[in-house]
Amino acid sequence: MSAVLDNHAHDDHGHQGGYGGMMRWITTTNHKDIGTLYLWFSFIMFMVGGVMALVIRAELFSPGLQVVDPDFFNQMTTMHGLIMVFGAIMPAFVGFANWLIPMQIGAPDMAFARMNNWSFWLLPFAGSLLIISFFVPGGAPGVGWTMYAPLTVQMGIGMDLTIFAVHLLGMSSIMGSINIITTILNMRAPGMSLMRMPLFCWTWLITAYLLVAAMPVLAGAVTMTLTDRHFGTTFFNAAGGGDPVLYQHIFWFFGHPEVYIIALPAFGVVSQVLPAFSRKPLFGYASMVYATSAIAILSFIVWAHHMYTVGMPVTGQLFFMYATTLIAVPTGVKVFNWVATMWKGSLTFETPMLFAIGFLVLFTLGGFTGLVLSLVPIDIQLHDTYYVVAHFHYVMVAGALFAAFAGIYFWLPKWTGRMYDETLGKVHFWLTMIFFNVTFFVQHFSGLAGMPRRVPDYPLMFEMWNKISSIGAFGFGLSQLLFLYIVLKALRSGEKAPELPWEGADSLEWTHLPTPVPYHSFETPPVLK
Amino acid sequence: MVEMSARRIARPSKSALWAALMLGAGVPGMAAALEWNLQPAVSSIAHDIHGLHEYVMILVTVLFVGVFGFMFYSVYAHRKSRGHKAEQFHENTTVEIIWTVIPAIILIIIAWPVTKTVVAQKDTTNPDITIKVTGYQWKWGYDYIKGEGEGISFISTTTTPRDQIEGRAPKGDHYLREVDNEMVVPIGKKVRVLTTAADVIHSWWIPAFGAKQDAMPGFIRDMWFKADTLGTFRGACVELCGKEHGFMPIVVRVVSPEDYTVWVSEQKKKLSATGGESMVASVAQDELTQRGAKVYAANCVACHQLSGKGVPPAFPALDGSKIVLGPKNDQIKLMLNGKPGTAMTAFGQQLSDAELASVITYTRNAWGNKTGETVQPSDVKALRQ
Repeated sequence: MSAVLDNHAHDDHGHQGGYGGMMRWITTTNHKDIGTLYLWFSFIMFMVGGVMALVIRAELFSPGLQVVDPDFFNQMTTMHGLIMVFGAIMPAFVGFANWLIPMQIGAPDMAFARMNNWSFWLLPFAGSLLIISFFVPGGAPGVGWTMYAPLTVQMGIGMDLTIFAVHLLGMSSIMGSINIITTILNMRAPGMSLMRMPLFCWTWLITAYLLVAAMPVLAGAVTMTLTDRHFGTTFFNAAGGGDPVLYQHIFWFFGHPEVYIIALPAFGVVSQVLPAFSRKPLFGYASMVYATSAIAILSFIVWAHHMYTVGMPVTGQLFFMYATTLIAVPTGVKVFNWVATMWKGSLTFETPMLFAIGFLVLFTLGGFTGLVLSLVPIDIQLHDTYYVVAHFHYVMVAGALFAAFAGIYFWLPKWTGRMYDETLGKVHFWLTMIFFNVTFFVQHFSGLAGMPRRVPDYPLMFEMWNKISSIGAFGFGLSQLLFLYIVLKALRSGEKAPELPWEGADSLEWTHLPTPVPYHSFETPPVLK
Repeated sequence: MVEMSARRIARPSKSALWAALMLGAGVPGMAAALEWNLQPAVSSIAHDIHGLHEYVMILVTVLFVGVFGFMFYSVYAHRKSRGHKAEQFHENTTVEIIWTVIPAIILIIIAWPVTKTVVAQKDTTNPDITIKVTGYQWKWGYDYIKGEGEGISFISTTTTPRDQIEGRAPKGDHYLREVDNEMVVPIGKKVRVLTTAADVIHSWWIPAFGAKQDAMPGFIRDMWFKADTLGTFRGACVELCGKEHGFMPIVVRVVSPEDYTVWVSEQKKKLSATGGESMVASVAQDELTQRGAKVYAANCVACHQLSGKGVPPAFPALDGSKIVLGPKNDQIKLMLNGKPGTAMTAFGQQLSDAELASVITYTRNAWGNKTGETVQPSDVKALRQ
């Protein structure tokens, strides 16, 4: 990391407050520093959550209990989910937003620079609470990342720590979102109309609205859980007039928009990368904006498709099924637009492009299994099986994570002034691509055949799929150490990046700023033709 | 997983083959050995689900191959290394309208047959037999409440030994999918299943029936199935319900109407026999502890462990416990009513007076606990409210 800083230290106005070392990072209000903090934090959480995934896969390698006891297994599935969603994927894209949005719209920094610092520095505390919960009596909660009532009432103090962690994460996300919305709406350079913004800014603008609307709902759900646990309320307890299904409605009213909170910024990254390596403008820019907005709006009226088996009336099931299938229309528009962007371009296949194509193919596959799951009768059969696990890892890992990798390889030269090792990058892509599919494709089969999710042990008939999946998972996990090596190698000894590392890249950060970008950029707004 | 009177040879369905072709991940040699599609359907709803699944899989496979056929053609033909020059078009309203409208039409084509199945699935009217299923941590209770067999009531617990789970004994054929008391239903009769739960949310699922319904504590939900094949069908709880969630199997045996009548009369006899147990004035301590050890193994061992040491603090030790060594009435009350907010369930609903008396006597005299006291079924009966 220090290599990044050294590049800038000489030709800049110096760092605010004159702090160096650790204090510089704690006090920084610079959007690039904060973006870097977000990205490193998310990578650390990605490793922590990844180790948990490997504990899960190690236990599931063979039938029977070998590695962990069932209670700890449940803690692993819970924390793997929470840490990956809230600690790894979401902060990664907030990191991209911090780095890129000011530069892409020609602004000097984020609108609320100090709040930006606070948004980030809440995260390590939230992450610590999650990890500390393993060391309190009773351990971390073993309730699944969805934290369904009333199982939550049976948990130890680790549940309370998790609830507070969710509160902190929510505050961080809401502040980050207010910052992004304000920055985009008020700080665009003269001439940068909304419909001229790079699509990445658009997807983040819409995502930020989703966050502001959805995170308080989650905070409400976990607060009600907290008062049910300690203050005698019975929101989710039938004995006191409550209803456990109420929790699920509230949770998924947050939870489904959350899916798009994760997916939309990934769409944004891919919409920058594909045109750059196709040397051709993004096809259907306007329809991309409309499709993104349509997905965001629809995401608020489909939540109960996660709950087809709770016993809804038939009209409820039909409404949520029809609304859910409708999402396929704007999502389809996006996929067609991406393919049309590549069509008759002049394609090259550097690592960012490989990850973007990997995203496109596998995310679409995950979208299709989503369509299968949206249909009530099929979902009733597959709900809470490994088919669902396979489905959401296709959209979360092959979707969001692949896009994040594409983004890192794409912008790293611009941010640091150094190239990564292209050969190693391609090796990283192919290892990730192959092991991802080895891990998760077979889970479709074990799910169809009837293997429930969140179980530490299973009947012998599922053994072969689980063995394959576990081998894939370890391969996938180890491949990510290569990614760390590639990034560190680029920072330490990477070749100097050319002024325009990718000939097809055309947004402001590429065309109007030197490589590497200076610590302070666009102190005077750029002149746009 | 499913044994039927006429065992079918596992044959991958069309959709599964398509999926394999589409992604190149299929290994044909393994198809026969591995379960990779939905279990064979034995109810009309399950047949519908299979049909819909194949239909949708074929549709999405065609779409997938179509869209990515274009993309991979582009990857092949429009690459810079082949000297392809980029064109600069970036919109085409006609094309964009077409690829918005066509998916919408495809969705309507899918929605029609699916809607019919949803409506059929929800129609629980006019059942022949109604059975209430109650989820407990971590076992199932069955109460036959209407139709032939009315009044039958039993608890169904896993019979897979801990030795098999912990690798000290070879695993049996039905590892994790075997129970002491199977749910028995007649073939060809509409069975309405009411689900509820005593503690947390569970979910009752038999894959071959295409029947899955969450069991909500404090609420009753319903669903139905009509089995069309004789045999034993196996499933498990599919909603995370705590520590032993993975060890909560469901087994349903589908029998002929005649066999069902025989089964019903056997169960009725058993019921009247156990009803008389608590009438016995006094049972010897040996008999109580012997039976108590069995009850303990079936109901308590998952949390409190064979050693009586528990897994503190969530699952406290019984060896040396203040409650077990304290006044016996306190322990009886705790056993009958459970402890709210913990996994300690109200065993008064699940176990008979004799079983409770046995297991309490056992815990008061096992491990380091040497009270020498016995608890009689009549003591338990006196404290039932």
